[in-house]
Amino acid sequence: MVMSFNLIRTLIGLEILIKVATLFIVLAGHVTGNTALAQALVVTLIVIEVVVMVVAGGLVLCIYRSNRTINANELVNRKG
Amino acid sequence: MLLMAIVWTVMTPRLLRSVVGLAAVSVILSMIMFYMDSPLAAVFELSVCAGLIPVIFFTTISFTQRVGQEELIERKKIIFRQYVYLPIILAVVAVVMLLSKPVVDFVFPTAPVVQDVRKVLWDDRHLDLLGQIIIILAGALGIVALFKETKK
Repeated sequence: MVMSFNLIRTLIGLEILIKVATLFIVLAGHVTGNTALAQALVVTLIVIEVVVMVVAGGLVLCIYRSNRTINANELVNRKG
Repeated sequence: MLLMAIVWTVMTPRLLRSVVGLAAVSVILSMIMFYMDSPLAAVFELSVCAGLIPVIFFTTISFTQRVGQEELIERKKIIFRQYVYLPIILAVVAVVMLLSKPVVDFVFPTAPVVQDVRKVLWDDRHLDLLGQIIIILAGALGIVALFKETKK
């Protein structure tokens, strides 16, 4: 999904990747018994995830406003 | 169940359904986190990732172009071509994992003393909190810069 030409689908694929990383951090914390540190790291990761998604969403909107498309294939073919 | 939700999110041709699938993935993940004795992370995941982020995606999708019927049919064909072998591959991997015996016996270490999450977050990981504040400020400034109206 990250390889999709649709920019929003790319963001959704990135979201899934981050969730898998979150799951592995929680799993590692559960296995080692250090759930407090794992939760602290997950909270940090979620905050960063939200900020990245908000800025990326704003970028997609700006790209759509200037190019009237969110297809990355069409954006590459533009000159300038 | 998490895998099924992820596969559905990836394979569905409609964007809105993908976002709903993403929210479902977040809900299932938060349930897994509750089960793994991580309630704070589960609450954050449920409230932020299952609530706020789908709203951001819905807002972004609502401001972008509506997909036509022909493009939707074309997209369904592309998805079918890309993912037709996925169930077969998953079934083969599951059979191989069930039939093969583990080479290494994983010995999990004994659990250390359980610490309070708040103590770890505020005392041990205070630099992480500073980083979060800086990133939030950077994100807010970035959004302001992106949507700033230029004087003509």
